[in-house]
Amino acid sequence: MSTVLSVTGLRKEYGNLVAVDGISFSVGRNEIVGLLGPNGAGKTTTINMILGVLQPSAGTIHVDAIDLATRRSRALAHTNFAAVYAPLPGNLTVYQNLRVFALLYGVKNLAERLELLLGQFALEPFRHVKCGVLSSGEQTRVGLAKAMLNAPRLLLLDEPTASLDPAAARDVRTRIRHFAARDGGGVLWTSHNMYEVEEVCDRVLFLSRGKILLAGDPKTLPREHGKQTLEELFITVAREPLALEGA
Amino acid sequence: MHAQRVAAIVLRQFYLIRGSPARVLPLFAWVTIDMVLWGFITKYLNAVTLSGFNFVPLLLGAVLLWDFFIRVMQGVTMAFFEDVWSRNFLNLFATPLSIAEYLSGLVLSSIATSAVALAVMLVVATAAFGLSFFVYGLMLVPFLLVLFLFGIALGIVGSAVVLRLGPAAEWFIWPIPALISPFAVVFYPLSTLPRWMQYVARLLPPSYVFESMRAVIAGGAVSGRGLAVGGGLDVLCILLACWFFTRIYWHAVRTGLIARYSAESLS
Repeated sequence: MSTVLSVTGLRKEYGNLVAVDGISFSVGRNEIVGLLGPNGAGKTTTINMILGVLQPSAGTIHVDAIDLATRRSRALAHTNFAAVYAPLPGNLTVYQNLRVFALLYGVKNLAERLELLLGQFALEPFRHVKCGVLSSGEQTRVGLAKAMLNAPRLLLLDEPTASLDPAAARDVRTRIRHFAARDGGGVLWTSHNMYEVEEVCDRVLFLSRGKILLAGDPKTLPREHGKQTLEELFITVAREPLALEGA
Repeated sequence: MHAQRVAAIVLRQFYLIRGSPARVLPLFAWVTIDMVLWGFITKYLNAVTLSGFNFVPLLLGAVLLWDFFIRVMQGVTMAFFEDVWSRNFLNLFATPLSIAEYLSGLVLSSIATSAVALAVMLVVATAAFGLSFFVYGLMLVPFLLVLFLFGIALGIVGSAVVLRLGPAAEWFIWPIPALISPFAVVFYPLSTLPRWMQYVARLLPPSYVFESMRAVIAGGAVSGRGLAVGGGLDVLCILLACWFFTRIYWHAVRTGLIARYSAESLS
Protein backbone atom coordinates (compact mmCIF):
# COMPACT_ATOMS: atom_id res chain seq x y z
CA MET A 1 0.00 0.00 0.00
CA SER A 2 1.54 3.35 -1.02
CA THR A 3 1.60 6.16 1.51
CA VAL A 4 -0.31 9.43 1.27
CA LEU A 5 0.86 10.78 4.62
CA SER A 6 4.17 10.11 6.27
CA VAL A 7 4.90 11.73 9.63
CA THR A 8 8.32 11.25 11.21
CA GLY A 9 9.48 12.37 14.65
CA LEU A 10 6.84 15.11 14.82
CA ARG A 11 7.18 17.29 17.90
CA LYS A 12 5.59 20.52 19.07
CA GLU A 13 6.68 22.42 22.15
CA TYR A 14 5.19 25.56 23.64
CA GLY A 15 7.90 26.68 26.04
CA ASN A 16 8.18 23.86 28.56
CA LEU A 17 4.94 22.22 27.46
CA VAL A 18 5.33 19.37 25.00
CA ALA A 19 2.05 19.08 23.08
CA VAL A 20 3.23 16.45 20.60
CA ASP A 21 6.22 14.34 21.53
CA GLY A 22 8.07 12.93 18.53
CA ILE A 23 5.32 10.86 16.94
CA SER A 24 5.74 8.89 13.72
CA PHE A 25 2.98 7.31 11.68
CA SER A 26 1.70 6.98 8.15
CA VAL A 27 -1.61 6.82 6.31
CA GLY A 28 -1.82 4.63 3.23
CA ARG A 29 -3.85 5.02 0.08
CA ASN A 30 -7.39 3.66 0.55
CA GLU A 31 -6.84 3.64 4.30
CA ILE A 32 -8.83 5.34 7.08
CA VAL A 33 -6.77 5.87 10.20
CA GLY A 34 -8.38 6.96 13.45
CA LEU A 35 -6.44 9.36 15.63
CA LEU A 36 -7.89 8.85 19.10
CA GLY A 37 -7.19 10.19 22.51
CA PRO A 38 -8.60 12.22 25.37
CA ASN A 39 -9.01 15.99 25.18
CA GLY A 40 -5.60 17.66 25.17
CA ALA A 41 -3.81 14.54 23.94
CA GLY A 42 -2.40 16.39 20.91
CA LYS A 43 -4.79 15.31 18.13
CA THR A 44 -5.75 18.78 16.90
CA THR A 45 -2.15 20.00 17.29
CA THR A 46 -1.05 17.12 15.06
CA ILE A 47 -3.75 17.92 12.49
CA ASN A 48 -2.84 21.62 12.50
CA MET A 49 0.79 20.74 11.79
CA ILE A 50 -0.25 18.49 8.89
CA LEU A 51 -2.39 21.35 7.57
CA GLY A 52 0.61 23.68 7.61
CA VAL A 53 -1.00 26.20 9.98
CA LEU A 54 1.25 25.22 12.88
CA GLN A 55 5.00 24.86 12.52
CA PRO A 56 6.47 21.74 14.14
CA SER A 57 9.35 22.14 16.58
CA ALA A 58 10.91 19.05 15.00
CA GLY A 59 10.08 16.27 12.57
CA THR A 60 8.93 16.00 8.99
CA ILE A 61 5.58 15.70 7.21
CA HIS A 62 5.26 14.36 3.68
CA VAL A 63 1.94 14.44 1.83
CA ASP A 64 2.00 12.14 -1.19
CA ALA A 65 5.83 12.18 -0.91
CA ILE A 66 5.87 16.01 -1.00
CA ASP A 67 7.69 17.68 1.89
CA LEU A 68 5.28 20.11 3.57
CA ALA A 69 8.09 22.25 4.99
CA THR A 70 9.76 22.99 1.67
CA ARG A 71 6.89 22.67 -0.85
CA ARG A 72 3.98 23.86 1.21
CA SER A 73 1.59 24.95 -1.57
CA ARG A 74 2.14 21.77 -3.56
CA ALA A 75 1.59 19.54 -0.52
CA LEU A 76 -1.54 21.43 0.56
CA ALA A 77 -3.00 21.19 -2.95
CA HIS A 78 -3.28 17.43 -2.26
CA THR A 79 -4.78 17.91 1.20
CA ASN A 80 -8.11 19.07 2.55
CA PHE A 81 -9.91 19.03 5.86
CA ALA A 82 -13.17 19.47 7.70
CA ALA A 83 -13.51 20.35 11.36
CA VAL A 84 -16.41 21.49 13.49
CA TYR A 85 -14.34 24.39 14.82
CA ALA A 86 -13.59 25.73 11.32
CA PRO A 87 -16.94 26.55 9.68
CA LEU A 88 -16.89 28.35 6.36
CA PRO A 89 -17.61 32.12 6.49
CA GLY A 90 -21.23 32.61 7.46
CA ASN A 91 -21.64 35.77 5.37
CA LEU A 92 -21.28 33.97 2.02
CA THR A 93 -23.75 31.53 0.50
CA VAL A 94 -23.00 27.83 0.16
CA TYR A 95 -22.27 28.21 -3.55
CA GLN A 96 -20.11 31.32 -3.09
CA ASN A 97 -18.01 29.67 -0.38
CA LEU A 98 -17.52 26.52 -2.41
CA ARG A 99 -16.58 28.54 -5.49
CA VAL A 100 -14.01 30.63 -3.60
CA PHE A 101 -12.39 27.56 -2.06
CA ALA A 102 -12.50 25.69 -5.37
CA LEU A 103 -10.42 28.51 -6.87
CA LEU A 104 -8.03 28.42 -3.92
CA TYR A 105 -7.52 24.67 -4.41
CA GLY A 106 -7.15 25.07 -8.18
CA VAL A 107 -10.11 22.80 -8.97
CA LYS A 108 -10.51 22.02 -12.66
CA ASN A 109 -13.95 21.87 -14.33
CA LEU A 110 -15.11 24.03 -11.46
CA ALA A 111 -18.80 24.39 -12.31
CA GLU A 112 -19.21 20.68 -12.92
CA ARG A 113 -17.42 19.78 -9.68
CA LEU A 114 -19.55 22.19 -7.64
CA GLU A 115 -22.78 20.76 -9.04
CA LEU A 116 -21.61 17.23 -8.27
CA LEU A 117 -20.77 18.06 -4.65
CA LEU A 118 -23.95 20.09 -4.09
CA GLY A 119 -25.84 17.00 -5.18
CA GLN A 120 -23.73 14.48 -3.26
CA PHE A 121 -24.05 16.33 0.04
CA ALA A 122 -27.74 17.22 -0.45
CA LEU A 123 -26.90 20.93 -0.50
CA GLU A 124 -28.88 21.85 -3.61
CA PRO A 125 -31.76 23.45 -1.60
CA PHE A 126 -29.20 25.61 0.26
CA ARG A 127 -27.19 26.72 -2.77
CA HIS A 128 -28.11 30.40 -2.30
CA VAL A 129 -28.43 30.33 1.49
CA LYS A 130 -25.78 32.03 3.61
CA CYS A 131 -23.76 29.48 5.57
CA GLY A 132 -24.31 31.41 8.80
CA VAL A 133 -28.03 30.62 8.85
CA LEU A 134 -27.68 26.88 8.23
CA SER A 135 -28.15 24.37 11.03
CA SER A 136 -24.95 22.92 12.49
CA GLY A 137 -25.60 19.65 10.63
CA GLU A 138 -26.03 21.50 7.33
CA GLN A 139 -22.86 23.50 8.00
CA THR A 140 -21.02 20.24 8.61
CA ARG A 141 -22.18 18.99 5.20
CA VAL A 142 -20.94 22.22 3.57
CA GLY A 143 -17.59 21.75 5.32
CA LEU A 144 -17.39 18.19 4.03
CA ALA A 145 -18.27 19.32 0.50
CA LYS A 146 -15.45 21.88 0.75
CA ALA A 147 -13.13 19.13 1.95
CA MET A 148 -13.92 17.09 -1.16
CA LEU A 149 -13.50 19.96 -3.65
CA ASN A 150 -10.00 19.03 -4.78
CA ALA A 151 -10.53 15.25 -4.48
CA PRO A 152 -7.67 15.27 -1.96
CA ARG A 153 -5.11 12.50 -1.62
CA LEU A 154 -5.14 13.18 2.12
CA LEU A 155 -8.34 14.06 3.94
CA LEU A 156 -8.18 15.23 7.54
CA LEU A 157 -11.44 15.01 9.46
CA ASP A 158 -11.59 16.37 13.01
CA GLU A 159 -14.79 15.00 14.57
CA PRO A 160 -16.70 15.30 11.29
CA THR A 161 -19.95 13.83 12.58
CA ALA A 162 -20.02 15.61 15.95
CA SER A 163 -23.10 17.70 15.15
CA LEU A 164 -24.95 15.32 12.85
CA ASP A 165 -28.02 13.24 13.63
CA PRO A 166 -27.46 9.45 13.49
CA ALA A 167 -28.86 9.09 9.96
CA ALA A 168 -26.77 11.97 8.58
CA ALA A 169 -23.70 10.67 10.45
CA ARG A 170 -24.12 7.23 8.88
CA ASP A 171 -24.46 8.83 5.48
CA VAL A 172 -21.22 10.75 6.01
CA ARG A 173 -19.40 7.61 7.16
CA THR A 174 -20.56 5.78 4.04
CA ARG A 175 -19.42 8.64 1.85
CA ILE A 176 -15.98 8.81 3.46
CA ARG A 177 -15.57 5.03 3.16
CA HIS A 178 -16.44 5.27 -0.53
CA PHE A 179 -14.00 8.14 -0.93
CA ALA A 180 -11.17 6.05 0.54
CA ALA A 181 -12.09 2.90 -1.37
CA ARG A 182 -12.95 4.38 -4.74
CA ASP A 183 -10.95 7.61 -5.08
CA GLY A 184 -7.74 6.23 -3.60
CA GLY A 185 -7.47 8.85 -0.86
CA GLY A 186 -6.20 8.33 2.64
CA VAL A 187 -8.13 9.64 5.64
CA LEU A 188 -6.98 10.70 9.09
CA TRP A 189 -10.07 10.78 11.29
CA THR A 190 -10.48 11.96 14.86
CA SER A 191 -13.59 11.12 16.79
CA HIS A 192 -14.78 10.50 20.33
CA ASN A 193 -17.46 8.14 19.03
CA MET A 194 -15.83 4.71 19.42
CA TYR A 195 -18.71 2.94 17.68
CA GLU A 196 -18.07 5.11 14.65
CA VAL A 197 -14.30 4.57 14.81
CA GLU A 198 -14.74 0.82 14.96
CA GLU A 199 -17.09 0.91 12.00
CA VAL A 200 -15.03 3.20 9.78
CA CYS A 201 -11.33 2.97 10.61
CA ASP A 202 -8.92 0.38 9.26
CA ARG A 203 -6.39 1.26 11.91
CA VAL A 204 -6.32 3.44 15.02
CA LEU A 205 -3.60 5.35 16.84
CA PHE A 206 -4.17 6.11 20.52
CA LEU A 207 -2.56 9.38 21.48
CA SER A 208 -1.94 10.34 25.09
CA ARG A 209 0.13 13.26 26.38
CA GLY A 210 1.50 13.83 22.89
CA LYS A 211 2.72 10.27 22.34
CA ILE A 212 1.29 7.36 20.39
CA LEU A 213 0.49 4.84 23.09
CA LEU A 214 -1.18 2.12 21.04
CA ALA A 215 -1.76 1.35 17.40
CA GLY A 216 -3.67 -1.39 15.64
CA ASP A 217 -6.91 -2.72 14.24
CA PRO A 218 -9.86 -1.21 16.15
CA LYS A 219 -11.67 -4.54 16.03
CA THR A 220 -8.91 -6.56 17.68
CA LEU A 221 -6.99 -3.95 19.70
CA PRO A 222 -9.29 -3.96 22.78
CA ARG A 223 -8.93 -7.73 23.30
CA GLU A 224 -5.18 -7.54 22.82
CA HIS A 225 -5.16 -5.28 25.88
CA GLY A 226 -7.69 -7.18 27.95
CA LYS A 227 -10.64 -4.89 27.22
CA GLN A 228 -14.06 -5.72 25.85
CA THR A 229 -14.66 -2.66 23.74
CA LEU A 230 -12.79 0.19 22.11
CA GLU A 231 -14.57 2.59 24.46
CA GLU A 232 -13.22 0.71 27.46
CA LEU A 233 -9.74 0.90 25.99
CA PHE A 234 -10.20 4.62 25.33
CA ILE A 235 -11.17 5.21 28.96
CA THR A 236 -8.09 3.32 30.13
CA VAL A 237 -5.90 5.43 27.85
CA ALA A 238 -7.51 8.59 29.20
CA ARG A 239 -7.32 7.61 32.90
CA GLU A 240 -4.36 5.28 33.23
CA PRO A 241 -2.05 5.85 30.28
CA LEU A 242 0.94 4.61 32.27
CA ALA A 243 -0.70 1.17 32.56
CA LEU A 244 -0.51 0.87 28.76
CA GLU A 245 2.83 2.54 28.13
CA GLY A 246 5.23 0.14 26.52
CA ALA A 247 2.38 -2.25 25.70
CA MET B 1 2.05 33.06 -8.06
CA HIS B 2 -1.24 31.49 -9.20
CA ALA B 3 -3.71 33.96 -10.69
CA GLN B 4 -6.61 31.67 -9.80
CA ARG B 5 -5.83 31.86 -6.08
CA VAL B 6 -5.46 35.65 -6.23
CA ALA B 7 -8.80 35.77 -8.05
CA ALA B 8 -10.38 33.75 -5.22
CA ILE B 9 -9.46 36.45 -2.68
CA VAL B 10 -10.87 39.17 -4.94
CA LEU B 11 -14.01 37.14 -5.68
CA ARG B 12 -14.68 36.71 -1.97
CA GLN B 13 -14.56 40.51 -1.53
CA PHE B 14 -16.78 41.00 -4.56
CA TYR B 15 -19.39 38.61 -3.15
CA LEU B 16 -19.28 40.36 0.23
CA ILE B 17 -19.65 43.85 -1.21
CA ARG B 18 -22.30 42.90 -3.78
CA GLY B 19 -24.54 41.39 -1.17
CA SER B 20 -24.26 44.08 1.47
CA PRO B 21 -25.44 47.71 1.37
CA ALA B 22 -23.50 48.21 4.62
CA ARG B 23 -20.31 47.58 2.63
CA VAL B 24 -21.36 49.45 -0.54
CA LEU B 25 -22.34 52.70 1.20
CA PRO B 26 -18.94 53.41 2.86
CA LEU B 27 -17.26 53.10 -0.54
CA PHE B 28 -18.58 56.52 -1.49
CA ALA B 29 -20.54 58.01 1.43
CA TRP B 30 -17.65 59.36 3.54
CA VAL B 31 -15.68 60.70 0.61
CA THR B 32 -18.82 62.45 -0.69
CA ILE B 33 -19.37 64.07 2.71
CA ASP B 34 -15.72 65.17 2.78
CA MET B 35 -15.98 66.65 -0.71
CA VAL B 36 -19.14 68.56 0.15
CA LEU B 37 -17.80 69.84 3.48
CA TRP B 38 -14.43 70.97 2.10
CA GLY B 39 -16.07 72.25 -1.06
CA PHE B 40 -18.12 74.74 0.96
CA ILE B 41 -15.14 75.64 3.14
CA THR B 42 -13.09 76.51 0.05
CA LYS B 43 -15.99 78.49 -1.41
CA TYR B 44 -16.24 80.44 1.82
CA LEU B 45 -12.48 81.08 1.87
CA ASN B 46 -12.64 82.28 -1.75
CA ALA B 47 -15.36 84.72 -0.74
CA VAL B 48 -13.72 86.18 2.38
CA THR B 49 -10.07 86.46 1.35
CA LEU B 50 -10.71 88.91 -1.52
CA SER B 51 -7.26 88.15 -2.88
CA GLY B 52 -8.69 86.39 -5.89
CA PHE B 53 -6.76 83.29 -4.95
CA ASN B 54 -8.67 80.12 -5.77
CA PHE B 55 -8.62 77.73 -2.81
CA VAL B 56 -10.49 75.00 -4.66
CA PRO B 57 -7.53 73.24 -6.29
CA LEU B 58 -5.37 73.85 -3.23
CA LEU B 59 -7.65 72.64 -0.44
CA LEU B 60 -10.32 70.57 -2.15
CA GLY B 61 -7.69 68.94 -4.37
CA ALA B 62 -5.59 68.13 -1.29
CA VAL B 63 -8.58 66.62 0.49
CA LEU B 64 -9.39 64.55 -2.59
CA LEU B 65 -5.86 63.18 -2.86
CA TRP B 66 -5.62 62.51 0.88
CA ASP B 67 -9.02 60.74 0.92
CA PHE B 68 -7.86 58.62 -2.00
CA PHE B 69 -4.82 57.53 0.03
CA ILE B 70 -7.06 56.68 3.02
CA ARG B 71 -9.44 54.65 0.81
CA VAL B 72 -6.53 52.67 -0.64
CA MET B 73 -5.20 51.87 2.83
CA GLN B 74 -8.63 50.95 4.14
CA GLY B 75 -9.32 48.92 1.01
CA VAL B 76 -6.51 46.59 2.06
CA THR B 77 -7.31 46.53 5.79
CA MET B 78 -11.07 46.12 5.29
CA ALA B 79 -10.52 43.14 3.00
CA PHE B 80 -8.21 41.65 5.63
CA PHE B 81 -10.68 42.39 8.45
CA GLU B 82 -13.34 40.40 6.60
CA ASP B 83 -11.23 37.30 7.23
CA VAL B 84 -10.69 38.37 10.85
CA TRP B 85 -14.38 38.90 11.49
CA SER B 86 -15.44 35.62 9.89
CA ARG B 87 -12.62 33.65 11.60
CA ASN B 88 -11.50 32.40 8.25
CA PHE B 89 -7.75 32.09 8.77
CA LEU B 90 -7.68 28.36 9.45
CA ASN B 91 -9.71 27.58 6.31
CA LEU B 92 -7.73 30.08 4.23
CA PHE B 93 -4.18 29.26 5.24
CA ALA B 94 -4.71 25.50 5.14
CA THR B 95 -5.15 25.88 1.35
CA PRO B 96 -2.24 26.16 -1.14
CA LEU B 97 -2.58 29.97 -0.94
CA SER B 98 0.76 31.74 -0.46
CA ILE B 99 1.30 35.00 1.43
CA ALA B 100 2.18 36.79 -1.82
CA GLU B 101 -1.07 35.58 -3.41
CA TYR B 102 -3.11 36.59 -0.37
CA LEU B 103 -1.59 40.09 -0.25
CA SER B 104 -2.01 40.47 -4.01
CA GLY B 105 -5.68 39.62 -3.62
CA LEU B 106 -6.08 42.26 -0.91
CA VAL B 107 -4.31 44.86 -3.08
CA LEU B 108 -6.48 44.11 -6.13
CA SER B 109 -9.60 44.38 -3.96
CA SER B 110 -8.34 47.74 -2.74
CA ILE B 111 -7.74 48.96 -6.30
CA ALA B 112 -11.37 48.22 -7.12
CA THR B 113 -12.85 49.86 -4.01
CA SER B 114 -10.56 52.91 -4.06
CA ALA B 115 -11.29 53.44 -7.79
CA VAL B 116 -14.99 53.74 -6.92
CA ALA B 117 -14.18 56.30 -4.22
CA LEU B 118 -11.90 58.26 -6.56
CA ALA B 119 -14.53 58.36 -9.32
CA VAL B 120 -17.19 59.62 -6.91
CA MET B 121 -14.86 62.30 -5.52
CA LEU B 122 -13.90 63.46 -9.01
CA VAL B 123 -17.55 63.78 -10.04
CA VAL B 124 -18.61 65.67 -6.88
CA ALA B 125 -15.57 67.96 -6.79
CA THR B 126 -15.86 68.79 -10.48
CA ALA B 127 -19.61 69.06 -10.82
CA ALA B 128 -20.44 70.79 -7.54
CA PHE B 129 -17.35 72.91 -6.87
CA GLY B 130 -15.67 73.40 -10.22
CA LEU B 131 -12.44 71.61 -9.36
CA SER B 132 -10.63 71.21 -12.66
CA PHE B 133 -8.01 68.53 -12.89
CA PHE B 134 -6.46 70.27 -15.86
CA VAL B 135 -4.83 72.45 -13.18
CA TYR B 136 -2.64 69.52 -12.20
CA GLY B 137 -2.17 68.30 -15.75
CA LEU B 138 -0.41 65.00 -16.23
CA MET B 139 1.18 65.34 -12.80
CA LEU B 140 -2.06 63.92 -11.39
CA VAL B 141 -0.91 60.45 -12.48
CA PRO B 142 2.32 60.35 -10.40
CA PHE B 143 0.47 62.06 -7.52
CA LEU B 144 -2.12 59.28 -7.44
CA LEU B 145 0.49 56.57 -7.95
CA VAL B 146 2.70 57.70 -5.05
CA LEU B 147 -0.30 57.95 -2.73
CA PHE B 148 -1.67 54.61 -3.92
CA LEU B 149 1.58 52.77 -3.21
CA PHE B 150 1.90 54.34 0.23
CA GLY B 151 -1.73 53.41 1.00
CA ILE B 152 -0.99 49.81 0.03
CA ALA B 153 2.12 49.73 2.24
CA LEU B 154 0.28 51.11 5.28
CA GLY B 155 -2.66 48.77 4.65
CA ILE B 156 -0.34 45.76 4.73
CA VAL B 157 1.37 47.02 7.90
CA GLY B 158 -2.04 47.59 9.54
CA SER B 159 -3.14 44.07 8.62
CA ALA B 160 0.07 42.63 10.08
CA VAL B 161 -0.46 44.52 13.34
CA VAL B 162 -3.98 43.08 13.67
CA LEU B 163 -2.73 39.61 12.78
CA ARG B 164 -0.15 39.88 15.56
CA LEU B 165 -2.25 41.55 18.27
CA GLY B 166 -5.69 40.12 17.58
CA PRO B 167 -9.06 41.45 16.37
CA ALA B 168 -9.30 44.18 19.02
CA ALA B 169 -6.18 45.83 17.58
CA GLU B 170 -8.14 47.08 14.58
CA TRP B 171 -8.75 50.24 16.59
CA PHE B 172 -5.03 50.99 16.25
CA ILE B 173 -5.45 51.00 12.49
CA TRP B 174 -8.31 53.44 11.87
CA PRO B 175 -6.49 56.55 13.26
CA ILE B 176 -3.22 55.95 11.35
CA PRO B 177 -4.05 58.45 8.52
CA ALA B 178 -4.99 61.12 11.08
CA LEU B 179 -1.73 60.50 12.96
CA ILE B 180 0.45 60.94 9.91
CA SER B 181 -1.52 63.76 8.26
CA PRO B 182 0.33 66.60 10.13
CA PHE B 183 3.62 65.21 8.79
CA ALA B 184 2.26 64.58 5.30
CA VAL B 185 1.88 68.37 4.73
CA VAL B 186 -1.54 67.93 3.17
CA PHE B 187 -2.72 71.51 3.74
CA TYR B 188 0.44 73.57 4.32
CA PRO B 189 3.98 73.80 2.95
CA LEU B 190 6.78 71.76 4.46
CA SER B 191 8.49 74.95 5.59
CA THR B 192 5.60 75.60 8.00
CA LEU B 193 6.69 72.67 10.15
CA PRO B 194 9.36 72.85 12.85
CA ARG B 195 12.68 71.35 11.85
CA TRP B 196 12.21 67.94 13.52
CA MET B 197 8.80 67.50 11.89
CA GLN B 198 10.31 68.34 8.51
CA TYR B 199 12.76 65.46 8.92
CA VAL B 200 9.87 63.09 9.59
CA ALA B 201 7.85 64.55 6.69
CA ARG B 202 10.72 63.92 4.26
CA LEU B 203 10.47 60.21 5.09
CA LEU B 204 6.79 60.12 4.08
CA PRO B 205 6.03 59.80 0.35
CA PRO B 206 2.79 61.87 0.52
CA SER B 207 4.75 64.98 1.56
CA TYR B 208 6.41 65.02 -1.90
CA VAL B 209 3.00 64.79 -3.57
CA PHE B 210 1.48 67.69 -1.66
CA GLU B 211 4.57 69.87 -2.05
CA SER B 212 4.48 69.19 -5.80
CA MET B 213 0.75 69.84 -5.95
CA ARG B 214 1.20 73.29 -4.40
CA ALA B 215 4.08 74.00 -6.79
CA VAL B 216 1.86 73.17 -9.78
CA ILE B 217 -0.94 75.42 -8.54
CA ALA B 218 1.51 78.26 -7.89
CA GLY B 219 2.66 77.92 -11.47
CA GLY B 220 6.14 76.84 -10.45
CA ALA B 221 8.16 73.89 -11.61
CA VAL B 222 7.47 70.51 -10.07
CA SER B 223 10.44 68.75 -8.62
CA GLY B 224 10.66 65.55 -10.61
CA ARG B 225 13.41 64.48 -8.26
CA GLY B 226 11.09 65.00 -5.29
CA LEU B 227 8.40 62.78 -6.79
CA ALA B 228 11.02 60.18 -7.70
CA VAL B 229 12.19 60.18 -4.08
CA GLY B 230 8.54 59.76 -3.01
CA GLY B 231 8.18 56.82 -5.40
CA GLY B 232 11.43 55.30 -4.19
CA LEU B 233 10.29 55.62 -0.58
CA ASP B 234 7.02 53.94 -1.61
CA VAL B 235 8.84 50.95 -3.04
CA LEU B 236 10.91 50.70 0.14
CA CYS B 237 7.76 50.98 2.30
CA ILE B 238 6.02 48.22 0.33
CA LEU B 239 9.00 45.90 0.58
CA LEU B 240 9.27 46.54 4.33
CA ALA B 241 5.49 46.09 4.76
CA CYS B 242 5.54 42.72 2.94
CA TRP B 243 8.56 41.60 4.98
CA PHE B 244 6.80 42.68 8.19
CA PHE B 245 3.56 40.87 7.27
CA THR B 246 5.46 37.70 6.33
CA ARG B 247 7.38 37.74 9.63
CA ILE B 248 4.17 38.22 11.61
CA TYR B 249 2.46 35.43 9.64
CA TRP B 250 5.26 32.94 10.34
CA HIS B 251 5.28 33.98 13.98
CA ALA B 252 1.56 33.13 14.05
CA VAL B 253 2.24 29.78 12.37
CA ARG B 254 5.07 29.02 14.82
CA THR B 255 3.01 29.87 17.90
CA GLY B 256 -0.27 28.39 16.69
CA LEU B 257 -2.06 31.75 16.63
CA ILE B 258 -3.36 31.18 13.08
CA ALA B 259 -5.29 28.13 14.25
CA ARG B 260 -6.55 29.79 17.45
CA TYR B 261 -6.83 33.39 16.32
CA SER B 262 -9.87 34.28 18.42
CA ALA B 263 -7.75 33.77 21.55
CA GLU B 264 -5.79 36.92 20.44
CA SER B 265 -2.62 35.63 22.15
CA LEU B 266 -1.41 32.26 23.32
CA SER B 267 0.32 33.40 26.46
